Amino acid sequence: MRNTLAIAKKELNSYFVSPVAYVVTAAFLVLCGLLFSLSLNFYREASMRSIFYNMPIILVLLSPALTMRLLAEESRSGTIELLLTAPVRDWEVVLGKFLGALGLLLAMLALTLLYVVILLAYGNPDRGPLLSGYLGIILLGGVTLSIGVLTSSLTQNQIVAAILAFVGLLVLWLSGGVGNFFGGSALGSIFSYLDLTQHYNDFANGLIDSSNVLYYLSLIVACLFLASKSLETRRWS
Amino acid sequence: MIQVENLTKYYGPHPAIQDVTFQVKKGEVLGFLGPNAAGKTTTMRILTGFIPPTRGTARVAGYDVFSDSIEVRRRIGYMPETIPLYPEMAVRDYLGFFAGLRGLDHKDQRVDRAMEICNVGDRADTLIGKLSKGYQQRVGLAQALLHDPEVLILDEPTVGLDPKQIIEVRELIKGLGGERTVILSTHILPEVSQTCNRVVIINEGRVVAEDTTERLTNRLQGAERIFLKVQVPGPQVAALLGKTPGVLSVEPKGDGGFEIECALGSEPRPKLASAVVQAGYGLLELRPVGMSLEEVFLKLTSNEEKA
Repeated sequence: MRNTLAIAKKELNSYFVSPVAYVVTAAFLVLCGLLFSLSLNFYREASMRSIFYNMPIILVLLSPALTMRLLAEESRSGTIELLLTAPVRDWEVVLGKFLGALGLLLAMLALTLLYVVILLAYGNPDRGPLLSGYLGIILLGGVTLSIGVLTSSLTQNQIVAAILAFVGLLVLWLSGGVGNFFGGSALGSIFSYLDLTQHYNDFANGLIDSSNVLYYLSLIVACLFLASKSLETRRWS
Repeated sequence: MIQVENLTKYYGPHPAIQDVTFQVKKGEVLGFLGPNAAGKTTTMRILTGFIPPTRGTARVAGYDVFSDSIEVRRRIGYMPETIPLYPEMAVRDYLGFFAGLRGLDHKDQRVDRAMEICNVGDRADTLIGKLSKGYQQRVGLAQALLHDPEVLILDEPTVGLDPKQIIEVRELIKGLGGERTVILSTHILPEVSQTCNRVVIINEGRVVAEDTTERLTNRLQGAERIFLKVQVPGPQVAALLGKTPGVLSVEPKGDGGFEIECALGSEPRPKLASAVVQAGYGLLELRPVGMSLEEVFLKLTSNEEKA
């Protein structure tokens, strides 16, 4: 665990020496701020629903930028050779990378707590949906980041990693529509189940359903497992 | 300390190394010598657990590199050929990261010590990307020494350095032998004679020779060679020399010089001298030529003669 945390810490630090963290955080805050002020001004509603509802598209757009570098750059520059010859297991490397990216996401989310403070100071927001909404964002973000980690493990090229992550996320995002297309068939229900946003909306509405939590956690575990297998495969090629 | 047996690695249908077998004793500095693409890096990558072998076994400190990979990796310090550095990190942070990755105690002391050994302490807070190649190389070495490993594996540690830096790095490596077991790969021959106790020569994925540096040079000298220089050159000189008993061949080297190969132990030098003097060619120089490691290497790797 110590070595996993060492990797996570290093990743988190290296975000802040490159412009990526600042650009992504700035973009994130601009979008969130826009949504928040719109809902506050137009709907006069003491909630963060507008942010929560739009979070899937924000994360789909921004998280590949956070993850594209993680493993692709290591294998391009050859530093992967040191990581994979250190007394660290492949999955520990993958988990460390993931936690580093998740750390940045949490830091970004922490900045949006300012909105919560504003709501609490000037209104009387419903606290349950705020909590469940944040939990939903963290889980959803975990999925978008773990898919990015997976695609970053597949290539040496950051751009390719980012595009693959976009495609993967959009497929998951649209799979609800695909599910409708196939109607009530078994295939249709599989696609519907995979829909990234359908599981998320409950959280935004203030509902924590264990099946939704399980959906996100199993997607995260599956992606990270595949990413560590992809590292392992690289050794054999 | 290191036992390698019949190690074979295929990349697709092409063998990178085939039946590589050698041993390294504790405290030895082994030179791993071969032309480019001979399989040096592949062998080292298998030893460090970066890639698995197709066949064969390798053990480091008694642990199998494949089944006990983590134990092996704990005991090895590795510097790959292209030194893996994070240019955006400061030297101290970079080393601190690897100390953390290895789960070492007393991180700060270890980092300081590694920087001291490799003489990079004065750049501790400089970003690695801004360092000169020589410093970067030594940071790579410091990384390999962080955990005070029993075994050091260095892939072409002096490549791309200027002559002064090369000497520094070689001295550093030489100083590391004794307590540590070192394998270093190179295609530069003087490096081996200067730093290594023993040498394994590898060519086209196979070990072609393994011995101590001196013995290897001696063993391969099937014949003695003599260099002779006269004042009045010409084909008649070569003919005269060729007639002298014990001489196997005469090769003109230009400028009146000749390289004479003669049967082992025949010692034709007195006869050569008197023959040249009597014929009035004017003897300028007469000396034995030792076979350098370079020639041994060329002999072995150009497939003319197998030892």
